[in-house]
Amino acid sequence: MDTPTSVSLESPRRLVYRHTLPIRIMHWINVIALSLMLFSGLQIFNAHPSLYWGNRSDKGKELLTLGAHQDSAGNLVGTARIGHHEFTTTGVLGVSKGSDGTLEVRGFPSWLTVPGPGWLAMGRRWHFFFAWVFVLNGLCYVAYSLARRHLQRDLWPTRADWRGIGHSILDHIRFRHPHGEEALRYNILQRLAYLIVIFVFGVGIVLMGLAMSPRMDAVLSPLVEAVGGRQSARTIHFIIAWVFVAFVLVHVFEVLISGVFNQLRGMITGYYKVDTGKVNTVRPEETISAEERSHD
Amino acid sequence: MTDRRSFLRIAIIGTASLIVAGCDRISQSSWGPKVLDRAEGLNRRVQALLAPSSAMAKEYTEADISSVFHPNGTTMPNTQAYQALMANQFRDYKLQVDGMVTHPAMLSIDDLKKLDTRTQITRHDCVEGWSAIGKWQGTLLSAVLDHVGADPQARFVVFHCFDDMDVNTPYYESVDINEARHPQTLLAFALNDKPLPVPNGAPLRLRVGRQLGYKQAKYLSRIEVVKSFDKIGDGKGGYWEDQGYEWYAGI
Repeated sequence: MDTPTSVSLESPRRLVYRHTLPIRIMHWINVIALSLMLFSGLQIFNAHPSLYWGNRSDKGKELLTLGAHQDSAGNLVGTARIGHHEFTTTGVLGVSKGSDGTLEVRGFPSWLTVPGPGWLAMGRRWHFFFAWVFVLNGLCYVAYSLARRHLQRDLWPTRADWRGIGHSILDHIRFRHPHGEEALRYNILQRLAYLIVIFVFGVGIVLMGLAMSPRMDAVLSPLVEAVGGRQSARTIHFIIAWVFVAFVLVHVFEVLISGVFNQLRGMITGYYKVDTGKVNTVRPEETISAEERSHD
Repeated sequence: MTDRRSFLRIAIIGTASLIVAGCDRISQSSWGPKVLDRAEGLNRRVQALLAPSSAMAKEYTEADISSVFHPNGTTMPNTQAYQALMANQFRDYKLQVDGMVTHPAMLSIDDLKKLDTRTQITRHDCVEGWSAIGKWQGTLLSAVLDHVGADPQARFVVFHCFDDMDVNTPYYESVDINEARHPQTLLAFALNDKPLPVPNGAPLRLRVGRQLGYKQAKYLSRIEVVKSFDKIGDGKGGYWEDQGYEWYAGI
């Protein structure tokens, strides 16, 4: 996508070809891969629902544990323990309904794990298959984006972007979304979010996954020790997975409030509708005050 | 607001449940696992490329050793043969080595100690996710293979164990010849400077430095050098492999 510079004043609205076919395909492959890796990852986590720091899993040194015990009446109680704080989470964490409807001891509930029932071997197969899909898809994305200058042009922040960061933050807090031509280019927060998600968290979660592999550790041990050890790598892998969940929630929220139909059409057909009636200049976003950006 | 929130909750749980249910059907289909299994071969090949077969697992210091080395799986084999050996502190124990070898042998722990031994402090990573560090002392499996004259045509070493996982289903494992001849692949008889305790696999267990815990077969009774493990157990190369776990456990 590039910022179109011609503006037709006759038609106030026009469709702009915003996302190319490869980008759209890679986006949706990523949706599938990330979802299945999260679900199968939680299945794998359930095999030992505790996190540690360092190289060892010492009893009593858990950073987080999803556990279970019986109360005086003999009922199962699920708990989430973070450091020294324990929360009762029966029904969701620690103890939840299995596929047959009865309460069972399990870290994450069956509606969040692939497969649904506790089945570590199958969870690993799903996870490692989609890990390859995620990695290869990600490599294709970076290669394509570099070749088509999508990364350099649309994601790498310009000086003007940096200067507008305060403005952009205020707009986001007020849920004001750019309209017209301005909606076609990513603002500084979008640029930073995408770059960090791809190159910090995307690369990081893969490296932390590899750092858990005993064979890879024969060559990756400097990295493993740098982050504190294999159990630290596992903990970071888990945290980044939830950072991805948080990113997706914000991403979907922004799509919902900035014109869900238009955004979805953009990512499915490539065409994104811009309201060109109001904006008749060629961009400079700094000159357009928030009031001028009308809301639908 | 409450309505909207409960609607959202139902929508999220419903969508997730649908995905999970769909995946469960694929997991139980005949083709699904086969497709997913393609990743195992890819992992094995790519990892062999990135971490060559000579690469060594990290060795730790005494200070890193776990105070308790958590025993997993069988912790007390109840087979008669094992119980009889244990009653006599394993003094009558002999490891049977056969298969594609020129001199099949019965080796006592003392016989094994006369071959090349090695001490290493390495990390044990369970498929469940936890790790423990222990100091292992044992005989190099490569020394044993040389001692019995393993056939160069052989491709795998199979480890038969004393412990029954189900009725007449003894634990077993296998590694390829490269892994078997790796300098950190030991038949370990000591853990943390003491004879191997029963929960950890007494009197002899396998240590493979660069694979997951279930490869590290405990309670070894016999080592068999083979060309193929198709006819052993259910033919997948190990007890857990027969239950659907990957034969290649480097990840």
